[in-house]
Amino acid sequence: MTYSSAEIWFIIAVLGIGTFLIRFSFLGLIGNRPMPPFVLRLLRFTPVAVLPGMVAPLVLWPAATGGQPDLIRILAALMTVGVGLWTRNVLWAVFAGVATLYGGMGLTGLLAGLH
Amino acid sequence: MTSSTVKKPAKSAYWVGVRDGLPFILMAAPFALLFGVVAMDAGLSMGQAMGFSVLVIAGASQFAAVQMITENAGIAFVLLAALAVNLRMAMYSASLVPYLGNAPLWQRALVSYLNFDQTYITAVARYETRPEMSVADRVAYFFGVATPITPLWIGMTLVGILAGTAIPDAWALDFIMPIMFLALVAPMMKSVAHVAAAAASVIVALALVDLPSGTGLLIAAAVAMLTGAFVETWKEKRAQ
Repeated sequence: MTYSSAEIWFIIAVLGIGTFLIRFSFLGLIGNRPMPPFVLRLLRFTPVAVLPGMVAPLVLWPAATGGQPDLIRILAALMTVGVGLWTRNVLWAVFAGVATLYGGMGLTGLLAGLH
Repeated sequence: MTSSTVKKPAKSAYWVGVRDGLPFILMAAPFALLFGVVAMDAGLSMGQAMGFSVLVIAGASQFAAVQMITENAGIAFVLLAALAVNLRMAMYSASLVPYLGNAPLWQRALVSYLNFDQTYITAVARYETRPEMSVADRVAYFFGVATPITPLWIGMTLVGILAGTAIPDAWALDFIMPIMFLALVAPMMKSVAHVAAAAASVIVALALVDLPSGTGLLIAAAVAMLTGAFVETWKEKRAQ
Protein backbone atom coordinates (compact mmCIF):
# COMPACT_ATOMS: atom_id res chain seq x y z
CA MET A 1 0.00 0.00 0.00
CA THR A 2 1.38 3.41 -0.98
CA TYR A 3 -1.35 5.66 0.42
CA SER A 4 -0.59 8.29 3.04
CA SER A 5 -2.62 8.43 6.22
CA ALA A 6 -4.31 11.64 5.05
CA GLU A 7 -5.30 10.04 1.76
CA ILE A 8 -6.93 7.11 3.54
CA TRP A 9 -8.84 9.45 5.84
CA PHE A 10 -9.96 11.35 2.76
CA ILE A 11 -11.30 8.10 1.27
CA ILE A 12 -13.10 7.25 4.52
CA ALA A 13 -14.66 10.73 4.76
CA VAL A 14 -15.87 10.79 1.16
CA LEU A 15 -17.22 7.24 1.40
CA GLY A 16 -18.94 8.04 4.69
CA ILE A 17 -20.62 11.17 3.35
CA GLY A 18 -21.36 9.62 -0.06
CA THR A 19 -22.90 6.50 1.45
CA PHE A 20 -25.05 8.56 3.79
CA LEU A 21 -26.26 10.74 0.91
CA ILE A 22 -27.17 7.61 -1.10
CA ARG A 23 -29.18 6.29 1.85
CA PHE A 24 -30.74 9.67 2.61
CA SER A 25 -31.50 10.51 -1.04
CA PHE A 26 -35.16 9.60 -1.55
CA LEU A 27 -36.20 9.26 2.07
CA GLY A 28 -34.74 12.65 2.93
CA LEU A 29 -35.76 14.65 -0.12
CA ILE A 30 -39.14 13.24 -1.12
CA GLY A 31 -40.45 12.79 2.41
CA ASN A 32 -44.24 12.69 2.38
CA ARG A 33 -44.79 13.96 -1.16
CA PRO A 34 -46.89 11.40 -3.08
CA MET A 35 -45.21 9.20 -5.68
CA PRO A 36 -46.80 7.88 -8.90
CA PRO A 37 -48.57 4.50 -8.47
CA PHE A 38 -46.33 2.68 -10.94
CA VAL A 39 -43.23 3.88 -9.09
CA LEU A 40 -44.71 2.60 -5.83
CA ARG A 41 -45.42 -0.71 -7.52
CA LEU A 42 -41.81 -0.93 -8.74
CA LEU A 43 -40.46 -0.11 -5.31
CA ARG A 44 -42.43 -2.87 -3.63
CA PHE A 45 -40.23 -5.33 -5.53
CA THR A 46 -36.96 -3.80 -4.29
CA PRO A 47 -35.98 -6.49 -1.76
CA VAL A 48 -36.70 -9.44 -4.05
CA ALA A 49 -35.03 -7.59 -6.94
CA VAL A 50 -31.76 -6.75 -5.18
CA LEU A 51 -30.89 -9.57 -2.80
CA PRO A 52 -31.21 -12.63 -5.08
CA GLY A 53 -28.92 -10.97 -7.63
CA MET A 54 -26.47 -9.99 -4.92
CA VAL A 55 -26.27 -13.52 -3.54
CA ALA A 56 -26.39 -15.62 -6.75
CA PRO A 57 -22.72 -15.11 -7.77
CA LEU A 58 -21.62 -15.77 -4.16
CA VAL A 59 -23.47 -19.09 -4.25
CA LEU A 60 -22.20 -20.25 -7.64
CA TRP A 61 -18.66 -18.90 -7.50
CA PRO A 62 -17.64 -18.48 -3.85
CA ALA A 63 -14.42 -16.54 -3.24
CA ALA A 64 -13.49 -19.01 -0.48
CA THR A 65 -13.05 -21.81 -3.03
CA GLY A 66 -11.22 -19.59 -5.50
CA GLY A 67 -14.38 -19.10 -7.55
CA GLN A 68 -14.92 -22.82 -8.11
CA PRO A 69 -18.54 -24.01 -7.71
CA ASP A 70 -18.89 -25.92 -4.45
CA LEU A 71 -21.62 -28.56 -4.11
CA ILE A 72 -22.01 -28.09 -0.35
CA ARG A 73 -22.56 -24.33 -0.66
CA ILE A 74 -25.05 -24.81 -3.51
CA LEU A 75 -26.96 -27.40 -1.47
CA ALA A 76 -26.93 -25.14 1.59
CA ALA A 77 -28.35 -22.29 -0.51
CA LEU A 78 -31.08 -24.52 -1.97
CA MET A 79 -32.01 -25.82 1.48
CA THR A 80 -32.23 -22.26 2.81
CA VAL A 81 -34.56 -21.18 0.02
CA GLY A 82 -36.59 -24.40 0.16
CA VAL A 83 -37.18 -24.27 3.91
CA GLY A 84 -37.81 -20.51 3.73
CA LEU A 85 -40.51 -21.02 1.08
CA TRP A 86 -42.02 -23.94 2.96
CA THR A 87 -42.07 -22.57 6.52
CA ARG A 88 -42.19 -18.84 5.65
CA ASN A 89 -39.92 -18.48 8.66
CA VAL A 90 -36.54 -16.75 8.49
CA LEU A 91 -34.98 -18.55 11.44
CA TRP A 92 -35.90 -22.03 10.23
CA ALA A 93 -34.45 -21.16 6.85
CA VAL A 94 -31.18 -19.94 8.40
CA PHE A 95 -31.00 -23.04 10.55
CA ALA A 96 -31.55 -25.35 7.55
CA GLY A 97 -28.88 -23.55 5.53
CA VAL A 98 -26.27 -23.49 8.28
CA ALA A 99 -26.97 -27.12 9.23
CA THR A 100 -26.57 -28.19 5.59
CA LEU A 101 -23.35 -26.18 5.25
CA TYR A 102 -21.67 -27.51 8.38
CA GLY A 103 -23.19 -30.98 8.06
CA GLY A 104 -21.91 -31.22 4.50
CA MET A 105 -18.47 -29.94 5.43
CA GLY A 106 -18.27 -32.30 8.42
CA LEU A 107 -19.25 -35.22 6.23
CA THR A 108 -16.70 -34.46 3.51
CA GLY A 109 -14.07 -33.88 6.20
CA LEU A 110 -14.91 -37.28 7.68
CA LEU A 111 -14.79 -38.97 4.27
CA ALA A 112 -11.47 -37.29 3.46
CA GLY A 113 -10.14 -38.50 6.81
CA LEU A 114 -11.07 -42.10 5.99
CA HIS A 115 -8.96 -42.13 2.84
CA MET B 1 -56.74 8.01 21.97
CA THR B 2 -54.77 9.16 25.01
CA SER B 3 -51.08 9.83 24.78
CA SER B 4 -50.24 6.76 26.88
CA THR B 5 -51.94 4.40 24.46
CA VAL B 6 -50.07 6.04 21.62
CA LYS B 7 -46.75 5.70 23.35
CA LYS B 8 -47.02 2.06 24.36
CA PRO B 9 -47.26 0.52 20.88
CA ALA B 10 -44.22 2.52 19.72
CA LYS B 11 -42.23 1.14 22.61
CA SER B 12 -43.28 -2.44 21.99
CA ALA B 13 -42.62 -2.01 18.27
CA TYR B 14 -39.06 -1.09 19.26
CA TRP B 15 -38.64 -4.29 21.27
CA VAL B 16 -40.15 -6.45 18.55
CA GLY B 17 -37.53 -4.87 16.28
CA VAL B 18 -34.76 -5.72 18.74
CA ARG B 19 -35.97 -9.33 18.79
CA ASP B 20 -36.08 -9.50 14.98
CA GLY B 21 -32.63 -7.93 14.72
CA LEU B 22 -30.97 -10.37 17.11
CA PRO B 23 -30.40 -13.24 14.62
CA PHE B 24 -28.17 -10.92 12.59
CA ILE B 25 -25.57 -11.16 15.30
CA LEU B 26 -24.74 -14.49 13.64
CA MET B 27 -23.86 -12.69 10.47
CA ALA B 28 -22.63 -9.26 11.51
CA ALA B 29 -20.17 -10.53 14.11
CA PRO B 30 -17.95 -12.68 11.88
CA PHE B 31 -18.25 -10.22 8.99
CA ALA B 32 -17.11 -7.27 11.13
CA LEU B 33 -14.37 -9.34 12.75
CA LEU B 34 -13.11 -10.26 9.31
CA PHE B 35 -13.13 -6.61 8.27
CA GLY B 36 -10.95 -5.68 11.24
CA VAL B 37 -8.48 -8.41 10.31
CA VAL B 38 -8.42 -7.49 6.60
CA ALA B 39 -8.00 -3.77 7.33
CA MET B 40 -5.01 -4.48 9.59
CA ASP B 41 -3.50 -6.77 6.95
CA ALA B 42 -3.88 -3.97 4.42
CA GLY B 43 -1.84 -1.66 6.65
CA LEU B 44 -4.59 0.65 7.89
CA SER B 45 -4.28 2.17 11.36
CA MET B 46 -6.67 1.16 14.11
CA GLY B 47 -8.44 4.52 13.87
CA GLN B 48 -8.86 4.21 10.11
CA ALA B 49 -10.27 0.70 10.34
CA MET B 50 -12.74 1.88 12.99
CA GLY B 51 -13.48 4.97 10.88
CA PHE B 52 -14.68 2.72 8.08
CA SER B 53 -17.02 0.75 10.33
CA VAL B 54 -18.45 3.81 12.11
CA LEU B 55 -18.68 6.34 9.26
CA VAL B 56 -19.28 4.18 6.20
CA ILE B 57 -21.07 1.34 8.04
CA ALA B 58 -21.65 -0.73 4.88
CA GLY B 59 -19.86 -4.07 4.93
CA ALA B 60 -19.48 -4.98 1.28
CA SER B 61 -18.27 -1.50 0.26
CA GLN B 62 -15.78 -1.43 3.15
CA PHE B 63 -14.23 -4.66 1.91
CA ALA B 64 -14.22 -3.35 -1.66
CA ALA B 65 -12.47 -0.12 -0.63
CA VAL B 66 -9.80 -1.86 1.45
CA GLN B 67 -9.22 -4.39 -1.31
CA MET B 68 -8.59 -1.60 -3.83
CA ILE B 69 -6.43 0.34 -1.38
CA THR B 70 -4.25 -2.76 -1.06
CA GLU B 71 -3.98 -2.90 -4.83
CA ASN B 72 -2.97 0.78 -4.94
CA ALA B 73 -5.79 1.67 -7.31
CA GLY B 74 -6.20 5.42 -7.78
CA ILE B 75 -8.27 7.26 -5.15
CA ALA B 76 -11.02 8.01 -7.68
CA PHE B 77 -11.35 4.31 -8.52
CA VAL B 78 -11.51 3.33 -4.87
CA LEU B 79 -14.29 5.84 -4.28
CA LEU B 80 -16.24 4.95 -7.42
CA ALA B 81 -16.08 1.23 -6.79
CA ALA B 82 -17.08 1.45 -3.15
CA LEU B 83 -19.91 3.92 -3.82
CA ALA B 84 -21.18 1.80 -6.73
CA VAL B 85 -21.46 -1.13 -4.32
CA ASN B 86 -23.71 1.06 -2.16
CA LEU B 87 -25.93 2.44 -4.91
CA ARG B 88 -28.52 -0.28 -4.27
CA MET B 89 -29.26 1.61 -1.05
CA ALA B 90 -30.76 4.44 -3.10
CA MET B 91 -33.42 1.90 -4.07
CA TYR B 92 -33.85 0.99 -0.41
CA SER B 93 -34.19 4.67 0.42
CA ALA B 94 -36.89 5.13 -2.21
CA SER B 95 -38.79 2.04 -1.17
CA LEU B 96 -38.95 3.27 2.45
CA VAL B 97 -40.60 6.55 1.41
CA PRO B 98 -44.17 5.19 1.39
CA TYR B 99 -43.64 3.78 4.90
CA LEU B 100 -41.51 6.42 6.60
CA GLY B 101 -41.96 9.55 4.50
CA ASN B 102 -44.11 11.20 7.18
CA ALA B 103 -41.54 10.78 9.95
CA PRO B 104 -39.66 13.88 11.20
CA LEU B 105 -36.52 14.76 9.25
CA TRP B 106 -34.10 13.83 12.05
CA GLN B 107 -35.66 10.39 12.27
CA ARG B 108 -35.42 9.93 8.52
CA ALA B 109 -31.77 11.00 8.69
CA LEU B 110 -31.01 8.51 11.46
CA VAL B 111 -32.88 5.75 9.62
CA SER B 112 -30.76 6.60 6.56
CA TYR B 113 -27.54 6.24 8.53
CA LEU B 114 -28.72 2.83 9.75
CA ASN B 115 -30.21 1.71 6.42
CA PHE B 116 -28.19 -1.34 5.43
CA ASP B 117 -29.27 -4.66 3.94
CA GLN B 118 -30.24 -6.33 7.21
CA THR B 119 -32.20 -3.49 8.79
CA TYR B 120 -33.84 -2.59 5.50
CA ILE B 121 -35.10 -6.00 4.52
CA THR B 122 -36.23 -6.92 8.03
CA ALA B 123 -38.15 -3.66 8.39
CA VAL B 124 -39.78 -3.82 4.95
CA ALA B 125 -40.84 -7.43 5.52
CA ARG B 126 -42.61 -6.29 8.70
CA TYR B 127 -44.17 -3.19 7.10
CA GLU B 128 -45.54 -5.29 4.24
CA THR B 129 -47.24 -7.81 6.50
CA ARG B 130 -48.60 -5.14 8.89
CA PRO B 131 -49.97 -2.25 6.85
CA GLU B 132 -51.80 -0.96 9.97
CA MET B 133 -48.53 0.04 11.68
CA SER B 134 -48.27 3.76 12.50
CA VAL B 135 -45.31 5.77 11.22
CA ALA B 136 -44.00 6.13 14.80
CA ASP B 137 -44.18 2.34 15.24
CA ARG B 138 -42.38 1.78 11.96
CA VAL B 139 -39.56 4.12 12.97
CA ALA B 140 -39.35 2.51 16.43
CA TYR B 141 -39.24 -0.93 14.83
CA PHE B 142 -36.44 0.12 12.46
CA PHE B 143 -34.34 1.47 15.34
CA GLY B 144 -35.09 -1.75 17.25
CA VAL B 145 -33.72 -3.89 14.43
CA ALA B 146 -30.59 -1.72 14.24
CA THR B 147 -29.99 -1.85 18.00
CA PRO B 148 -28.32 -5.28 18.30
CA ILE B 149 -26.53 -5.07 14.93
CA THR B 150 -24.91 -1.65 14.93
CA PRO B 151 -22.86 -1.72 18.17
CA LEU B 152 -21.87 -5.29 17.38
CA TRP B 153 -20.68 -4.29 13.92
CA ILE B 154 -18.47 -1.61 15.39
CA GLY B 155 -17.35 -3.66 18.42
CA MET B 156 -16.45 -6.75 16.42
CA THR B 157 -14.40 -4.65 14.01
CA LEU B 158 -12.34 -3.64 17.03
CA VAL B 159 -12.01 -7.27 18.12
CA GLY B 160 -10.79 -8.16 14.63
CA ILE B 161 -8.26 -5.33 14.76
CA LEU B 162 -6.96 -6.45 18.15
CA ALA B 163 -7.08 -10.19 17.47
CA GLY B 164 -5.45 -9.60 14.12
CA THR B 165 -5.32 -13.24 13.13
CA ALA B 166 -7.24 -14.64 10.23
CA ILE B 167 -10.27 -16.80 10.96
CA PRO B 168 -9.74 -20.41 9.76
CA ASP B 169 -11.24 -20.95 6.29
CA ALA B 170 -12.78 -24.17 7.58
CA TRP B 171 -15.44 -22.12 9.38
CA ALA B 172 -16.79 -21.09 5.96
CA LEU B 173 -17.92 -17.77 7.44
CA ASP B 174 -18.02 -16.36 3.91
CA PHE B 175 -21.22 -18.31 3.38
CA ILE B 176 -23.16 -17.17 6.44
CA MET B 177 -24.05 -13.92 4.66
CA PRO B 178 -25.58 -15.56 1.55
CA ILE B 179 -27.57 -17.91 3.79
CA MET B 180 -28.94 -15.02 5.86
CA PHE B 181 -30.03 -13.07 2.79
CA LEU B 182 -31.63 -16.09 1.12
CA ALA B 183 -33.46 -16.90 4.35
CA LEU B 184 -34.83 -13.35 4.45
CA VAL B 185 -35.90 -13.27 0.82
CA ALA B 186 -37.51 -16.72 0.50
CA PRO B 187 -40.51 -15.96 2.77
CA MET B 188 -41.13 -12.78 0.74
CA MET B 189 -42.04 -14.80 -2.38
CA LYS B 190 -45.73 -14.07 -2.04
CA SER B 191 -46.83 -14.12 -5.68
CA VAL B 192 -45.82 -15.13 -9.19
CA ALA B 193 -44.67 -11.55 -9.68
CA HIS B 194 -42.24 -11.81 -6.75
CA VAL B 195 -40.85 -15.09 -8.06
CA ALA B 196 -40.48 -13.59 -11.55
CA ALA B 197 -38.64 -10.58 -10.12
CA ALA B 198 -36.26 -12.78 -8.11
CA ALA B 199 -35.60 -15.01 -11.15
CA ALA B 200 -34.86 -11.99 -13.35
CA SER B 201 -32.54 -10.62 -10.68
CA VAL B 202 -30.55 -13.86 -10.51
CA ILE B 203 -30.33 -14.35 -14.29
CA VAL B 204 -29.25 -10.79 -15.12
CA ALA B 205 -26.83 -10.57 -12.17
CA LEU B 206 -25.13 -13.80 -13.22
CA ALA B 207 -24.97 -12.71 -16.85
CA LEU B 208 -23.41 -9.36 -15.92
CA VAL B 209 -21.10 -10.63 -13.17
CA ASP B 210 -17.99 -9.44 -15.03
CA LEU B 211 -19.04 -5.78 -15.03
CA PRO B 212 -17.29 -3.50 -12.50
CA SER B 213 -18.40 -4.00 -8.90
CA GLY B 214 -22.01 -3.11 -8.22
CA THR B 215 -22.94 -2.16 -11.80
CA GLY B 216 -24.27 -5.57 -12.83
CA LEU B 217 -26.36 -5.77 -9.68
CA LEU B 218 -27.92 -2.35 -10.32
CA ILE B 219 -28.98 -3.34 -13.83
CA ALA B 220 -30.23 -6.70 -12.54
CA ALA B 221 -32.26 -5.00 -9.81
CA ALA B 222 -33.81 -2.52 -12.25
CA VAL B 223 -34.76 -5.30 -14.70
CA ALA B 224 -36.15 -7.38 -11.82
CA MET B 225 -38.29 -4.55 -10.43
CA LEU B 226 -39.74 -3.89 -13.90
CA THR B 227 -40.36 -7.64 -14.36
CA GLY B 228 -42.17 -7.87 -11.03
CA ALA B 229 -44.28 -4.77 -11.68
CA PHE B 230 -45.24 -5.85 -15.21
CA VAL B 231 -46.12 -9.40 -14.19
CA GLU B 232 -48.26 -8.05 -11.36
CA THR B 233 -50.04 -5.57 -13.67
CA TRP B 234 -50.62 -8.32 -16.24
CA LYS B 235 -52.04 -10.69 -13.60
CA GLU B 236 -54.39 -7.97 -12.37
CA LYS B 237 -55.61 -7.23 -15.89
CA ARG B 238 -56.24 -10.92 -16.53
CA ALA B 239 -58.13 -11.32 -13.26
CA GLN B 240 -60.60 -8.59 -14.21
